[in-house]
Order: sequence, then C-alpha cells, then structure tokens
Amino acid sequence: MNREDRSEERPLGPSFGCPVGRADHAQILLGHGGGGLLTHRLLEQVFRPAFTNPLLDARHDGAVLTVGSERLAFTTDSYVVRPLFFPGGDIGTLAVNGTINDLTMCGARPLFLSVAFILEEGLPIEILYRVVASMRQAAQSAGVQIVTGDTKVVDRGKGDGLYINTAGVGLIMHGLTIAPTAIRPGDAVLLSGDIGRHGMAIMAVREGLEFETTIISDCAAVAEPVQELLTAGIEVHCLRDLTRGGLATALVEIAEAARLHIHLEETAIPIQEEVRGACEILGLDPLYVANEGRFVCFVPLAQKEAALDILRQYPVATDAHQIGEVREGTEGLVTIKGTLGTSRVLDMLSGEQLPRIC
Amino acid sequence: MKFVDEYRDADAARRWAERLARLTTRPWTLMEVCGGQTHAILKFGIDELLPKEINLIHGPGCPVCVTPIELIDRAIAIAARPEVIFCSFGDMLRVPGSRCDLLSVKASGGDVRMVYSPLDALRLARDNPDRQVVFFAVGFETTAPATALAVHQAAQQGVANFSLLVSHVLVPPAMETILASPENRVQGFLAAGHVCAVMGYREYEPIARRYRIPIVVTGFEPLDILQGIYLCVRQLEEGRAEVENQYTRVVGLDGNRYAQAIFREVFHVAPRHWRGMGEIPQSGLALNERYAAFDAERRFPRDEERGQELPECIAGLILQGVRKPYDCPIFGTVCTPDHPCGAPMVSSEGACAAYYRYRRLSCEGARAPSPG
Repeated sequence: MNREDRSEERPLGPSFGCPVGRADHAQILLGHGGGGLLTHRLLEQVFRPAFTNPLLDARHDGAVLTVGSERLAFTTDSYVVRPLFFPGGDIGTLAVNGTINDLTMCGARPLFLSVAFILEEGLPIEILYRVVASMRQAAQSAGVQIVTGDTKVVDRGKGDGLYINTAGVGLIMHGLTIAPTAIRPGDAVLLSGDIGRHGMAIMAVREGLEFETTIISDCAAVAEPVQELLTAGIEVHCLRDLTRGGLATALVEIAEAARLHIHLEETAIPIQEEVRGACEILGLDPLYVANEGRFVCFVPLAQKEAALDILRQYPVATDAHQIGEVREGTEGLVTIKGTLGTSRVLDMLSGEQLPRIC
Repeated sequence: MKFVDEYRDADAARRWAERLARLTTRPWTLMEVCGGQTHAILKFGIDELLPKEINLIHGPGCPVCVTPIELIDRAIAIAARPEVIFCSFGDMLRVPGSRCDLLSVKASGGDVRMVYSPLDALRLARDNPDRQVVFFAVGFETTAPATALAVHQAAQQGVANFSLLVSHVLVPPAMETILASPENRVQGFLAAGHVCAVMGYREYEPIARRYRIPIVVTGFEPLDILQGIYLCVRQLEEGRAEVENQYTRVVGLDGNRYAQAIFREVFHVAPRHWRGMGEIPQSGLALNERYAAFDAERRFPRDEERGQELPECIAGLILQGVRKPYDCPIFGTVCTPDHPCGAPMVSSEGACAAYYRYRRLSCEGARAPSPG
C-alpha cells in the first residue's frame, strides 16, 4: 500500500483538514463561482466541514434562527457584475433585490439590510451616486431599510469598479417548514415567470451582441407575491430563487436534498422569444441561464390553482405556471419531457456554460 | 420561434417516425457525422422515436473531440507565455490536455480569452500591438473560412502580432477512414449539413460509389434529422447508394464558392492527427507558404513533452462508432463532464457528454461488461 492510500484511510475526525489534494482543482477557477457543480463542491469540501452546525447544514438560501419566541431569517450575498449597468437594472438593484429574495425564499418578510461597498480607486463618484440611488429605490419599494454599512477602497486595477455585499434579516410569521426536505410526492412545481432574461441581458451587453429588441433583465424583488401566498394559507413546501445555474441547477439541488424525483414539462416553461433566439445562436441552454427575479414554489397539487391565482396578481409573477410535479422514484433525479414527447435527464451546470463552436 | 419551431413540431415528428417504421423491414446502422446532430438527437430524444431496427452511431464530427492532445498541450504552453493573449472558442477552454486545461492557465494568470469569431481575435491584435495574439483555429470546413478571412485580413493590414494555432480538419477523409476499417458497421451516413453549406456535396459522390453507401446531407433540427434518416433508410431498403440532399434550404450542390476561394487562398490540404483516430492523410488544413508567418507553431518555441492519453479512455473507438459511451469502463464514474478524461466528454457535442447529460439513467442499464 502506498503512502497516498494510507493517508486516505486516516479518519478526518472533527477537526478541519485542509482539502487541498482532495479537491479536484488546486486553484480557484471562475467556474467555482458559477453556481453549478464546482460551487456546490466548494461548499461541501471547504466551507461546510469548516463551519458545520445545524443551521448551516440545512443548506438553505439563508439561515433560519430562533430568537426568543420569534423565528428570523438571516442571509448574505456579494455582487460582482460586469457591466455595472445593464438593461433592467444595475449592481445596486441586484444587491438589494438579491438579498430580499434570499430572505423571501426562507419564507420570511424582509426587514433590514446591511450594505458593504468595495470601491476601486478611480471609480467616478457619479457612478456610485447612481448605484446608491437604485439601491434606495429598490429598498423603498420592497419596504426594507438599509440600517448599517461599510466602505473599503482598493488600489486601482484590483477591483471591477465596484463590488457590493449585502446581508439581511427578515421575520418569519408562519409555522411552516419551507425547505427542500419538505417537498412531497404529488406536489406541483410552480415557476413564477419566464426564464433566462438576466443572464442573456448581461451576456448581450458584455459580448456586444445585438438583437432586434433589447433583452431586459428580470431583476426584481419577489417578496410581495410570496408573502401573499403565505398569508392566504397556501401550504408552501419549498421556495427557491433561480439565480446562477438557472432553473435546472436549482431543481437538481432540491431533488437531491429531498431524495425525490422532479419531472418537468418543457413546453410549460415560459421563455421569451428573444432569449430563446439568443440561446439558440450561442448554443446555450436557457434552463441553465441565470435569473434575478424568478423563483420556483412547491405546493400541494390541491392548492395549485389558488397559488397560481395569487402569484399572477403581481407584476413579477404574471406569467406563473405549473411546470412539473414531484414523484416517487429515483432519488435526486430531475427529468424533463421535451417538445417531441420524449424525456431526458437534467443535470447540474458543470463549471460555466460555454458557447459551442458550431 | 420562426425557422426553429416549425422544425420541432411534435405531430410532424410523429408522422415522420410512423412513415419510417412502415418503410423499415430489417436492421440498419446509420452514422450521423456531426456532433451538432448527436447533441440534437439526444436532447430531443429522436432515437427514442425510431423503429427498433435502426441503430444510430455517433460520428467523429465534434471539432473539440478530435483535436489531438499534443496540440492542446501546445495551446496551453503558448497561452501561459506572458506576452500572449490566447483566444479560443468557448468549449475549447475546458478540454483537458495532459496536465490541465486552458481555464486553469487563465486561473494561473495566463491571458486566455473566449471569442465568438477569429475576427474578434484579429481586432484584439490590432488593439494590443505590444502583445502576441494567438487564435486557436479549431473546427471543420464550417469554421475554416472565417479563420482564413482573419489571416487574409491580417496579411493585408500588416497585423504582424497575430497568429494561428491551426487544427482545422476535413470531414470526407474521416468518413473514408471509418468505411475502410475492418470493424466498420456503418451502412449509411447523415452528412453534416453545415459543412456542406460551405463545401457543397460533390465530393461525397465518389465515396458513395466506392463504398456503395447512401449519404444524406442532413440538417440539425429534429425534423431535419428524422427526414434525413428516412431518406437514408429508403435508399438502403431500395438497394441504392447515392448522395441525397435533405437540407436544401441551406445547402446547394456547389456550396459557398466565396468561402471556398478564401479558404484555398490561405490553406492547403495536409495530413492531420485526429484525437482517438490517429493520423489521417489529406484530412486537415495547413497554412499556405505565403501565410506561414502567421503560424503560431513556427512563431513560438516547441515544448518537447509528448501528450499522454488516459489508457482506460476508449474515445477513439467511440469517435469511430465502434463502441458506445456506456461501453467505456470509466464513463460516468471517473470521467464526467465536470472531470472529463477524454475529449468526447468535454464538448456538449461530444458523444460521451451528450449521453451523460441526457441518457445517464438508461445507460446504467445498458452498460456492457468492461472489456478484459
């Protein structure tokens, strides 16, 4: 037996061991931030072993804490986007809406946010003003307050102009457990609207791609319709916003955590014509393209119509549809019935989605 | 979406499948040459609509898959040089060389950029006169004209800091290699529609005659592929071996003469090494002598190391259609899209990646005992 084999036999024990040598890559690749399999592996191999505790191990969009008699949701997210301004939003609206949505996905009413800026030396103050104005407007329209913050400046060339971190706290005002493990066979999978717009809007600007009409990001806060579902007594089993990695990656994560089979109907998934066209040209699959104002919601089949009626009253969810169902069967599997009536397996995004050659 | 949805109509697909079932009287093995077709077949589940007698095997038409590992190692070595901006199409960035891929070079500080066209790389060269801009020229007859145009413009405009690492390959010699093999099982070809859009399809006629095999120029949408299969099987059932054109809305007999002219101005036909298939005579393109100054292989010193393939990987047999991805002992276990060991697992056009993404479950049942 060689030395390598022996070292693998040694129990890891409760202490945190350096994962270098066990991880697949010796250095961080951009794909580690892509929200797909590499990100997932980073969480499982580096962060979770280091910080393990029951709240973190629930692997939700945020932590659900009990403080006295209240249940709170707590979450954080960092925003690095190029370009800083894009059709439908900017880094400021993303930073506020993203954290509001993460709190919302825990079933909480978002209340307070913190904001930390990392600014690059030389950034025009006018740009900062514009971003801050967007943040103010996004926070106001969602009824949250930005109550604390921080600012750091890095040398010119050491940042992309502006990075933002936001953290948020929200109040949970119901007794439901909203988590992947709460989904049940027979649940309906509802999607709040068309997919792929944010990712393609960013890519179009970044790569200088021009289409007949501009693709507008779906960036939006989704707190209102979700709060209304909960207030109306819909028995929501799981909520997940679709960010990096897109619809497919989110559903694979849920199916794996729930150890159930999720089956989708491709023809029920709304995708804007321009987004489909851009994806066709670039050889990308819209099921894996990023969104910033879309979520999936798992509810009992019997409450499907009531839930859709509520969602469709809100501008951010007018195009809500049932796109699939939860089934018994192969654990952690997501399948999709395509346009020709045949089915295929959906996987997590592996690394970054790269355009095909031809 | 106009010009797409019409070719994905479920009722029409069912009707073609029914016509095909009525036509088919015995087993036939067809090969779709192009990786784009393989991707569509598995994504849309077209193979599930076919009668049991029809076996589709997946050809070597994925440019990412057939680029030899030595050349990828060469690309990695050039990309790591501090004076170089290395430009590549997106899916080439993840192809494993002997030790790492181009994305890892980027993470280590190499200036590796994804471009959509060789003309974007040429623009980068003009904008960065103090840097060496190298374009990784990969692909079949489809991408070669754009590469040729970029070199032609670079020469005209005197852009001396631009060069190409050429790995262009040609389809017909690979088809002949497959047909000439004693292990060949292919009885009919779906030829790659986009290659024929550039080259036309006259050059397939001698192949059809020599090997008595039907060749149907076929498009990439589900109805194109179903119709291509139908035409191919009809020839087989009737005992014909001809070149037919299913993809008439795009392909003409003589192809795109302007593209061919620029292509011949810049390149000549040369032997090429294909990953998994070895050296095939007259199967690649090399720069003509008057453009030799743009050859990155000459511009940058050669690294002496030889590429190493993983011994378990059966990519070569898969690319020739002799084996299916699930016959490979490391498919889906050691070798996955996230950790590709062989090239067909890298590109979404590669047969192994397409099987992994769309067919993993059915493959688990179909897996044959590993050889040896």
